[in-house]
Amino acid sequence: MGDAKEGDLVQIHRIILKPDQRPDSLPESTKSVPYECWIKGFLLGREASIGEEVQIETFVGREISGVLVSVNPAYDHSFGLPQKELLSIGRELKKT
Amino acid sequence: MDTSYAAVMSRKNEILRRGTGIDYQEYEISPIAFNYEGLMASPQYSLNDAQKILKETGVGNTPLVELRNITELVRSISPPGKGGRIFIKDEAANPSGSFKDRRAGLSIHHAAKLGYKGVVAASSGNYGAAVASQAAKRGLKAIILQEVYDSRRVGQPEILEKTRACEAYGAEVWQLTVGPELFYIMLRVLEDTGFFSASLYVPTSILGIETLGYELAQQALQQEGRFPDMVVITHAGGGNITGTARGLKKAGGHDTVVVGVSVDLRGLHMASDVDFNRKSFTTGHTGFGIPFLTLPDRTDVPRNCARGLRYLDRYVLISQGEVFYTTELLAKLEGIERGPAGNTSLAGAIALAKELDREQILVVQETEYTSAGKLPSSQLTFARENGIEVRGGNPRENIPGKAIVIPERLDQIEVEDFDMEKIRSSYIENAAKKTKDYSPTEEDIRFLAEDSKSTTTSVRQTIRALSGKK
Repeated sequence: MGDAKEGDLVQIHRIILKPDQRPDSLPESTKSVPYECWIKGFLLGREASIGEEVQIETFVGREISGVLVSVNPAYDHSFGLPQKELLSIGRELKKT
Repeated sequence: MDTSYAAVMSRKNEILRRGTGIDYQEYEISPIAFNYEGLMASPQYSLNDAQKILKETGVGNTPLVELRNITELVRSISPPGKGGRIFIKDEAANPSGSFKDRRAGLSIHHAAKLGYKGVVAASSGNYGAAVASQAAKRGLKAIILQEVYDSRRVGQPEILEKTRACEAYGAEVWQLTVGPELFYIMLRVLEDTGFFSASLYVPTSILGIETLGYELAQQALQQEGRFPDMVVITHAGGGNITGTARGLKKAGGHDTVVVGVSVDLRGLHMASDVDFNRKSFTTGHTGFGIPFLTLPDRTDVPRNCARGLRYLDRYVLISQGEVFYTTELLAKLEGIERGPAGNTSLAGAIALAKELDREQILVVQETEYTSAGKLPSSQLTFARENGIEVRGGNPRENIPGKAIVIPERLDQIEVEDFDMEKIRSSYIENAAKKTKDYSPTEEDIRFLAEDSKSTTTSVRQTIRALSGKK
């Protein structure tokens, strides 16, 4: 059994440029790592497991291939934690 | 076809000519000068056309709101008779939640009119969402290229929210790691698809923003009987300043002082994988603000129509903590909860209003939507997780990439004036550097003076001083 079946929303990963294919003008910290990309879309053709090379259809209907990294990927950015330095703002001004 | 970095970059001009529908070569005058107004007029839309087209997709006509409580507080810390009235243009009321809808709206209409089936834009910010939203309304496909992650695959919450927003509007989103190769990918996608390049820097993008400057001038005149005395604008790539100032002038606001504000992130390298997540602001900061003033033709098109230095009277810097403080203040005192990046100009305005007389009007010309990821709490949580010190205190102790200091009192909010003459001088130096052995003609001198809001005498002096240095 694969992790994803045809039509599932999935995310793929691609390495676009390896470090030696990147321009020399970059800072060392950037030049020493690959240029990578993640794209979401619907799995095409067959069942697949994480780590396999797959084909997807993106939200605008284009077909793109890459390595399957996630099935039904979530948005997990949040509202963050309350920040004590911000909590008093406004309250003290209203008291005066 | 050869898709290596070098091969794609060598096909750049041809790809962009197809992608924008503009032959930039037609507007070149010399190695220095080009016909700016000719390029701006090339898509053949008047301000009135732009207003009508934007209205079709619900863009524009946002309210101009007086911030009475903040104004009152600013007066309490101003010298006698001082403390101008602060108004805010609530651009978050646009369909995708920012003024960038104006910037995208006309371009997307233009793309549809020219018969393109889709559009491509490189943006990790509100502009990407605006392109996706406008494309949805016009039935075009949108591909948005975003610089999202560092090499650990850690992304700022503000940018992750932008991925979500673009996908919510039905766009194909490429989440990329740090690097200027974003431009290379854009060229490749343009070449693969034959789509329109919805660059931030094409004429239609700036013409769309002109409606904002025009509208706020008209509203101030109608509501308060005078043009704004000062308009304060968050500055990154220069489009916001350029479009707003051009629109202001078209409305007749010739005496309005145009002030640009950027968050001070001096010292952080924009293409560095390590520095990438040490910024708590992803736009509206000096990392874009200064280079785009001193060398505007550095974008994804051969000539940039966003030329901030042409229109800027004054450029000031503010710290990250002051913007977060101001964002809280706007919510708590005025009942308007908006995203921090758009409040950069409001933070600057609090300091600047102290200089104005009480009857004078200061307009902060944008707000942006807020949500998970685009909030002081999420951005400061992320900053702490990435080793940035966050504390209350004197915001002058802010160190970009190291410490964010949240003010404890309103009177701690101050701007730092950036020396305009220094900017003009490096603008001229950059223009001269690009052309090496070429000596500028009279026409070039006139162009440089106009492009840097300076005089021909002053441009000549700078050129002489620079050649003396060599």
